[in-house]
Amino acid sequence: MKKEQLPCSSRRQFIQTMAQGATFVVAVKLLPIAGLATADDLPGGRWRPDILLSLDGTGLVTFTCHRSEMGQKVRVSLAQVIADELEADWDRIRVEQADGDARYGDQNTDGSQSVRMNFARLRQVGATVRLALETAAATIWKVPVSECLANMHVVTHTPSGKTLAYGQLAEVAASLPLPAPDQAKLKSRDQWKYIGRTVTDGDLLPIVSGRTVFGFDVNLPGMRTALIARPPVLFGSVKSFDKSAAMKVGGVEHVLELPALAPPAAFKALGGVAVVATDAWSAIKGRRALDVQWAPSVNDDYDSGEFAASLLKMTDVPGNSVRNEGDVEAALSSGNRIVSATYYVPHLAQAPMEPPCATARFEDGKVEMWVCTQSPQAVQESVSGALGIKKEAVTVHVTALGGAFGRKAKADFAVEAAILAREVGHPVKVMWTREDDIQHGYYHTVSAQRFDAALDAGGRAIAWRQRAAFPSILTTFNPAAKVPIPPELRGFIDNPFDIPNMRMEVDGAGAHVRIGWLRSVTALFFGFGAQSFACELAVAAGRDPKDYLLELIGPPRNVDLGKEVAFDNYGDPIDTHPLDTARLRNVIEIAARRAQWGRKMTPGTGLGIAACRSFSSYVATVVEVEVRKDGSLLLPAVYMAIDAGTVVNPDHVRAQCEGGAVYGLSCALAQVTARNGAVVQSNFHDYPVARINDAPKVIDVHIVESDAPPAGVGEAPVPPFAPALCNAIHAATGRRIRVLPIDRKALA
Amino acid sequence: MPIRLRVNGKPETFGGDADMPLLWFLRDYLHLTGTKYGCGAGLCGACTVHVDGAALRSCSTPMSAVDGHSVTTIEGLADDALHRLQVAWIEDSVPQCGYCQPGQIMQAAALIQRYVGGTISDEDIDQGMFGNICRCGTYTRIRTAIRKAVQEGS
Repeated sequence: MKKEQLPCSSRRQFIQTMAQGATFVVAVKLLPIAGLATADDLPGGRWRPDILLSLDGTGLVTFTCHRSEMGQKVRVSLAQVIADELEADWDRIRVEQADGDARYGDQNTDGSQSVRMNFARLRQVGATVRLALETAAATIWKVPVSECLANMHVVTHTPSGKTLAYGQLAEVAASLPLPAPDQAKLKSRDQWKYIGRTVTDGDLLPIVSGRTVFGFDVNLPGMRTALIARPPVLFGSVKSFDKSAAMKVGGVEHVLELPALAPPAAFKALGGVAVVATDAWSAIKGRRALDVQWAPSVNDDYDSGEFAASLLKMTDVPGNSVRNEGDVEAALSSGNRIVSATYYVPHLAQAPMEPPCATARFEDGKVEMWVCTQSPQAVQESVSGALGIKKEAVTVHVTALGGAFGRKAKADFAVEAAILAREVGHPVKVMWTREDDIQHGYYHTVSAQRFDAALDAGGRAIAWRQRAAFPSILTTFNPAAKVPIPPELRGFIDNPFDIPNMRMEVDGAGAHVRIGWLRSVTALFFGFGAQSFACELAVAAGRDPKDYLLELIGPPRNVDLGKEVAFDNYGDPIDTHPLDTARLRNVIEIAARRAQWGRKMTPGTGLGIAACRSFSSYVATVVEVEVRKDGSLLLPAVYMAIDAGTVVNPDHVRAQCEGGAVYGLSCALAQVTARNGAVVQSNFHDYPVARINDAPKVIDVHIVESDAPPAGVGEAPVPPFAPALCNAIHAATGRRIRVLPIDRKALA
Repeated sequence: MPIRLRVNGKPETFGGDADMPLLWFLRDYLHLTGTKYGCGAGLCGACTVHVDGAALRSCSTPMSAVDGHSVTTIEGLADDALHRLQVAWIEDSVPQCGYCQPGQIMQAAALIQRYVGGTISDEDIDQGMFGNICRCGTYTRIRTAIRKAVQEGS
């Protein structure tokens, strides 16, 4: 039986219900703003209501997760939020993965936003459906709804003790108008059953059994596998190619040229020559046999070493002032003690364990895709642009992501698959090899920073000038863009130090590779520079680095940057997510205490500390290092304290801290360089990410109890790691590292 | 002559290019996709399987090398119940994205054979597992889970 439900009368309507047999389905438009959508906001005025939550006659609740799963456990944490308010039995919740669909609102799983931006809304949805079920029971029993109480998948009539299970209520609930969202009462914190707790994760069993379907694992009838020889230099193009040898390889069916890439790179395909074969090995051999001559590119002269030198030079002179307090120049030239240093962080590759991969089927002018994407709507848009078809003609199924770290927010690899599927008339899987991934990525930008500080006679910092120069991510979308944009100034412009004279200047530069987001983005190099330099000041002042850092931060307060400072607070109002130095101080003190900061260290060992607010979370990291005679690093322990506001799942936060420390370590050990426009590194032998023997022996994580709104967790643990490590190396050896990657041989 | 081998106890034959790495036979011919591509060069361990009980990188092992041999993949590691490592992996919530974990588990399963019932040091674990990269950074949990699986084997 299918019967369309009348919309509820409230102007603030955000939920519609529909009876589908005995299934009660609810949809909510997940706008990125706190406000709830009205019926008038819905695209085309109507929508399919089966996109978020359903309850069937057996009591099975299906939650459709609209954010991509890449190891951050969003499928669990978002389900926890909704299940809690729904008063659902956790064992009777099934999670499905949403396709790309604008009706979900923002699906781009980046910026550590999933819990932050969905917590309040999903609670409201859960509570509304709970009330709907209580109302259904009241209707059946002909009693006031106030006498009906939902608890663990059952509604009880409290005076009589009668009960009805959720499954028994589905059909009636679906036939009644849904309560207006403001009628449903949210649970109080002390009533939470799942929020704040660790719960069973149904995704673990398929993972350890090898049954999870990642992008690489998609298999369609008649599917072909393609590898692409891409121009080694960005905006290079195919001059000529000889396909005869490749076509002789058994299994190779097509060798075809892709359209050359014209600026801006955006999320378009890079161009090159594709080898389409019956299977992966044939495609690999075919590409090896391919002979391609490349036409020159405007980026042929790019040399990352020369570029680094030019960026560092830019910081010798004033840049665009983005924050100015007091009179820094006067303080820097009035006979005070001056400390200066320059810092450099190279290009990095996200290097997820699963390289980019996409599968497309083109039929009747429509594309159906299976992609390990962080952003299915970006895939829809990019594919629709490349193929000249409507966005609605692009269906994107989101697979499990074998890591992402920002790489899979870009849709270029999906565009390649869609183009090839249309060309060859079979479903096509485009596989990126590791070499493709390292050499044709969207790299973390290169950055140079110059710091100048003035210390008074007592060693107190009275002036802080920080200049940064780096190509903006915007260059990927607009090659003429020269100046970094406000979201790229986080962790810089919002420096919480209590210094009377502060000036921040920034400069941009053109890019010669595609620049993209990498886990924690610019907070990575700003955190490295500022937190290392803070330690340099402590050393110059002859003070303990932890005490000095607390002194730099100053008294507990909400930092007011003033209206003229263009601070982008990760999309949140400053009132709900203030720059709270009490919370920053607190994590520093906790991490230091757990590390037994101040304990006597043996020669060659040291402790280093760093603390950053990023993605509205506060993280302090203490690294204990042993620098061995050959310069290799042993990390006996890392101590982390995080204040991420309200925590949905503490084990997820712990895992992100552990993983963030290891990712931060990798960012300090590896680099991508370019010569003659082409990336030099190609695989894990020359892009040496952290292995188990590099990893800390122990990672101690303390999560601060907090009632504050949830903050971002996936990225915030990364920025403090490298400076804490380098501060520890300084404590152990007296050597200050200002350029990444750490040159371990030089430490010998 | 076609190549004959056993995969998870089942006889299989392959008459194609003997240079093809075992990885692609497992993935493209048998559709055993639990064995992952990560680097294609024996550098990351995502493709680890057992050949006659020893851990091997299937991305760098040609089909010619497994003629007459017995291959076990993550799908065949345990029969009905889970392997003790899989249990430990779940109990300690080791996986994040999970992509490298079948390779980690296969490597660990070969490693712990000679330790089960005893103890294994972190140094032994690091030495046995350093060829398996995890970009999510689950290394500390991998160590804990291996120690646990070794102890519970006693």
